[in-house]
Parts: sequence; C-alpha cells; structure tokens
Amino acid sequence: MTVPTIQLWEVFIRSRNGLAHRHVGSLHATDATLALQAARDVYTRRGEGLSIWVVPSNAIVASDPADKDMMFEPAMSKIYRHPTFYEVPEEVGHM
Amino acid sequence: MAAASISVTESPLVSYLLRRADDALILGHRLSEWCGHAPMLEEEMALANIGLDLIGQARELYGYAATAEAAGHDEDDLAYLRDERQYANLLLVEQPNGDFARTMVRQLFYSAFVDPFWRATMASQDPTLAAIAAKSEKESAYHLRHAAEWVIRLGDGTAESKRRAQAAVDDLWAFTGELFHADAVDQGLIARGIAIDPESLRAAWTATVSDVLRAATLTKPANDWMQKGGRAGHHSEHLGHLLSELQWLQRTYPGATW
Repeated sequence: MTVPTIQLWEVFIRSRNGLAHRHVGSLHATDATLALQAARDVYTRRGEGLSIWVVPSNAIVASDPADKDMMFEPAMSKIYRHPTFYEVPEEVGHM
Repeated sequence: MAAASISVTESPLVSYLLRRADDALILGHRLSEWCGHAPMLEEEMALANIGLDLIGQARELYGYAATAEAAGHDEDDLAYLRDERQYANLLLVEQPNGDFARTMVRQLFYSAFVDPFWRATMASQDPTLAAIAAKSEKESAYHLRHAAEWVIRLGDGTAESKRRAQAAVDDLWAFTGELFHADAVDQGLIARGIAIDPESLRAAWTATVSDVLRAATLTKPANDWMQKGGRAGHHSEHLGHLLSELQWLQRTYPGATW
C-alpha cells in the first residue's frame, strides 16, 4: 500500500561515542516522534546505534548533479592540498 | 505420527511462569501474523521486532519453567506440546489482530500492564525471575511507547481511524479485567515475595490507559463487566486456531529442526 502523503525522513545514526552521526537511509513517518520510533525499529535492530537523528528530507539542501563539473572538478588538479608531502619521522609511527 | 500433548506437573511457580510465558508467546505469535501484511514497511519491522521481543521473553520463561518442573521437558515441549486447555494466557492476547488499530489497542492494554509488572518483578525474591524481569522491562517500555503513540494518532486522526480505534477499545475492554485477577496460585507466591500482586498495578495501568485515551480523544468504556477464564484454560474460540498453526510443525514432525 503506498501512502504518498507521508513525510520522508533521513536517518542518521551515531554508532559509538566520539564518532559522528552517519547517514544510514530514509523512512516514512507522519511526524518526528514516529520517525524516531521507526528509525529505531528499522535501523538499530542489530545494535548499530547509541543515538539517532531524523531530519525531514525536504530540509536537506543538495547540490545539483548538473553542477558537478563546476563544483568538484577544480579540486581534482590541486594535489598540493593533500598533506602527502611531509616526511613523517620513523619514531612517529602510523598516523 | 503426531506428537501427543505432554502432562506438566505444575507447582505454583511453574504455573506462574507458564502463564506469563503463554501471554508473551501468544501475543508474539499474533504480531508475527502481520509479517508481510503490515500497512507500511516501518511498521512491518516494528511489529516483527516487538513480536520477537515477546517470543524471546517466552523462551526465557518456558526455559525457567522447565528447570523448575524438573521433569525432563524443555522450552519447546512447553510451547508446542500443550493443548488449548493447558494454555493459561490472558484472553486479551489471543484476540485476533483485526485491523492495525485493534492490534495497537490490544498492545497498549497489555503493555500498560506488563511494563510496570516487569519493573515490580525486578524486586522478586526469585533471582532468576528478577533477572528475566530486568531484561523484559526495557523491551516492554518501548512496546508501551510505540503502542501509545499509535493509539493517540489513530484516535486523534481521521474520522475513519478514530472509528476503528474506538471500536477496538470498546471490544477489547472486557478482556482487561483479567490482567488484575489473582488466584490461589498467585496468592502463595505473592506472600513469599516471588510474585507481584497484580491488583497493585491497577492504578498505574488505569492512569496510563486513561492518559492515552484522553490524548487520543477516545472514550473509555463505561461498561465494567469483565470476561475471564484464560488463566484457568477456558479460552475464546480463537486460541485453538492459533495453536493449530503454532504447533502444527512440531506435532506433525516431532523434533523437527533446521
């Protein structure tokens, strides 16, 4: 059964203390309370989460795929922005 | 060759455990009937999750009942090889799913009782029962919140959802009195601090249900006539059909595993 008028929500889960909330998917719910409940039921069944954010999908402003050349292409040639030119002393080990 | 029913030697503790286990198993089985039929994917998952929580509680209670009986039965024997008259679940939990509103109202009535029931049972003199209670309480707290939020939205929703929710409240109301009934089996265990006197939970149940019905703009039925019998094995016509589906595989192919 499709219910086209039900609001779409994006779900973000923080899996451990100290980590950031990470987008895990979306779901339908009529309001914020039910969206949180549904997020718990759909996305944390296997112990994935310590904290949930739900955000109305229409509150997210997204970049236009058609703009991707202008938005992202210029960064491709700027290899000097990567911190790969430093010599890491042996004693520091893995960073 | 079909497996015959077992005979269980029921001490008061075994009876007490079987009653709670039967409640959880039968309601969990009812929720499992929604698999593939729920109104939306999100509730499909929620109903299955809650059903599995309940079946998990039933397993622990049956397991402890089998240990307490010490007659060589296991949790599967107790679930699959007792017949309708041996089942001692509440009449409420065996009532058919009906529509989504009916399932949610049934869940609210049960959860509003069993959540404080488990919380109180955490202080039981029986350490195994107290441990089962500690685990179950966290599950039932969520079940109560889930059902309450839905009943509020269905009651205070559209004219059609309100009509269905009110019909469910009216039809299931007569099965709520049994929640608070205690018989001789309970009384002895209550006196020893093992069991909870269900009457002591009535005020909490009434407050929870009244608050939810008020927020849902639903009317609490004035009729106080209450049906009972489940604890004594006197069931409505629905349980036999449920058990025939629940037990068919183990009855037909005894000991089948996968």
